[in-house]
Amino acid sequence: MANRIPRVPVREQDPKVRAHNFEEVCFGYNEEEARLEASRCLHCKNPRCVSACPVAIKIPDFIERIVAGDFAGAAAKIAEDSSLPAVCGRVCPQETQCEGSCVLGVKFEPVAIGKLERFVADWTFAQTSATGCPSSTVSLRETPPSQVAGPLPLSMPRVAAVSEGQPVGGSSPKRKVAIIGSGPAGLACAYDLAKMGYDVTIFEALHKAGGVLEYGIPEFRLPKDKILKREIQDVIAAGVKIETDVIIGRTVTIDSLMDQEGFEAVFVGTGAGLPKFMGIPGENLNGVFSANEFLTRNNLMKAFRDDYRTPIHAGKKVCVVGGGNVAMDAARTALRLGADTTIVYRRTEVELPARKEEVHHAKEEGIDFQMLTNPVEIMGDERGWVRALKCVRMELGEPDESGRRSPVVIPGSEFEIPTETVIMALGTSPNPLISRTTPGLEVTRRGGLVADECGATTRPGVFAGGDAVTGAATVILAMGAGRKAAAAIDAYLKSK
Amino acid sequence: MAVNDNAMFKILEKKMLNPTICKMVVEAPRIAKSALPGQFLIVRADEPGERIPLTISDYDRAAGTVTIVIQPIGASTRSMVDAFQAGDSFADVAGPLGNPSEFVRMSPEELKAQRVVFIAGGLGTAPVYPQAKWLHEHGVSVDVIIGARTKDLLIYEDEFKSVCDNLYMCTDDGSYGFKGVGTARLEALVAEGKTYTQAVAIGPMIMMKFSVLTCKKLGIPIWVSMNTLMVDGTGMCGACRLSVGGVTKFACVDGPEFDGYLVDFDEAMRRSAQYKAEEGLANGK
Repeated sequence: MANRIPRVPVREQDPKVRAHNFEEVCFGYNEEEARLEASRCLHCKNPRCVSACPVAIKIPDFIERIVAGDFAGAAAKIAEDSSLPAVCGRVCPQETQCEGSCVLGVKFEPVAIGKLERFVADWTFAQTSATGCPSSTVSLRETPPSQVAGPLPLSMPRVAAVSEGQPVGGSSPKRKVAIIGSGPAGLACAYDLAKMGYDVTIFEALHKAGGVLEYGIPEFRLPKDKILKREIQDVIAAGVKIETDVIIGRTVTIDSLMDQEGFEAVFVGTGAGLPKFMGIPGENLNGVFSANEFLTRNNLMKAFRDDYRTPIHAGKKVCVVGGGNVAMDAARTALRLGADTTIVYRRTEVELPARKEEVHHAKEEGIDFQMLTNPVEIMGDERGWVRALKCVRMELGEPDESGRRSPVVIPGSEFEIPTETVIMALGTSPNPLISRTTPGLEVTRRGGLVADECGATTRPGVFAGGDAVTGAATVILAMGAGRKAAAAIDAYLKSK
Repeated sequence: MAVNDNAMFKILEKKMLNPTICKMVVEAPRIAKSALPGQFLIVRADEPGERIPLTISDYDRAAGTVTIVIQPIGASTRSMVDAFQAGDSFADVAGPLGNPSEFVRMSPEELKAQRVVFIAGGLGTAPVYPQAKWLHEHGVSVDVIIGARTKDLLIYEDEFKSVCDNLYMCTDDGSYGFKGVGTARLEALVAEGKTYTQAVAIGPMIMMKFSVLTCKKLGIPIWVSMNTLMVDGTGMCGACRLSVGGVTKFACVDGPEFDGYLVDFDEAMRRSAQYKAEEGLANGK
């Protein structure tokens, strides 16, 4: 193999410092670092990274542009397939997707595709912040200044898409599509449909757009104002309207959207928002929280900031139960709120479903990992507050249906971890509000909406995708489902 | 968020009902169109504010308004009452949330057979109003018992006069109406020969707990409206969980009304105080 440049390390906040703040952990590459890292790409004839990407970003093509210093060109290339590169560069599980398939990774370290994607997105933001308008050489020719009205466009390649999206002649009214939920699935679906020329409105139940990107993923992993808000602004710049505080199934129903408000198709991207508990004694004690509650208070409601009024309770000692990204997020949030924090997981570190980088960061920051440990009871004091988490030790037995070796209790291994707070991060399931209030919409045994590969549900005109269909998965899979559904909605409306 | 700012939720009318309780009529056309008795709203007054669950006290579909009644108990409710005037707008009003009252789901025959008594306490008096009004409009016999510590704290007396058959006012200190708590008034009414098929208690948890004990003694089924802690109000956070018949339920999506006989009030009251220490800090902010 000709390429012997080692993977360019990314600069990060010192773990000792960042354990006490909510600033972003990773600083990202600068231009020089990005170009050096990009030069490691072998430009395979059949790039496996592209097929491993749920939205099929043309990875070697954008990397090639980085090498040439054409960062705007790289951004335009990514924008052909993704509306949320700054988000995905930060939160995708690259090690199991693009980077996991990188040929370089067989013998050496894979190309840091995620960090390069992030670099391109952040570079684009920086250009618009610095000058108020894009300084790049691309795209201006595609967007007459007259169309850049209202708020300044934040990303040129994507604003350029607006002009493609205008109906030819502009006389026929655009056909209306409703998107339910402003998380990754909804944003991706809305962005594509707006580019195709549809009149798209997203309905969001909470007061801020973004779904799990807003309420679930913490500031130190995905800055809200600096990154998420701008990425959502780009979707709006493509022509999408977002109406917050509308709970579909309560405020209005899918039936009323279609029958009374003139929406011809609906995409349900409501995610998997219902928290799971273990069903062990003591779960209703004071000091036991779902990770959803803990993270929503901190992220959406900004409880970590003194100038916001929503309270949050961590205390001196916190135990987080679970091993996914949400468990890591909750644990690292508790740590930053000043708690000594332990993660309790019933399998071994190898099976932790969280991104490797998050586990690595959590360890660097000083979080204690108790693997092969399973809670059996939460012990309370006389006032009804948590005082300890009673656990058993586990060992790995035979592989289960997921291929992972299932943990088995070691008899007589009970012990207590003294703690003030217990956070349950055991996964989530889809919210039944929409399926219960929409006749003709079938759900699976696990509560997910029944939908085919393209997102078509059992009700004509209603499509669905993301966690609402699959149960809790990843941002990028939800985006992929949103994009597929957008294409299917387009085909459906054209045939109607 | 600066994205596509919604039409704000304008306060059209503000009135102090007594020295602490404040009534507001708020513009929220989508909610007014779909609200039913028993449901609640989440209000976030301004950017730093909490999401506060408030029961719907009335709605006007034609005018596109909902009425809420607020009593300052924490930093956010204090700011809503003190800092917001008619003409101002709340940042967010979301709803209607929760299930409508059981009555709304009854058939006309079932409704006809009902003789309902409401026991209302303090702030809980306001959300009784749309239920009594709805039942009255559907020809159901409705008695309402309103209780407060003292005369100055009683609210909604005039409003109730036109929506119920009998209105009984009670004060703990005897400064107005019956001297004693609402449950004592109920016991007296039953002793006088009144019969009820269903009681509904809305008010502080401790008052609902004792209403349930009284109704158990009198053999009257009772529903209670659980005003637990909440963040999102849509089933996402689980802050509102409570034990009903030994099973964990979410007040926001499974309630807010539950069979009072089955609710574990002691646990619910303990859980309600969960953020007391932190709220003390917020009040000082």
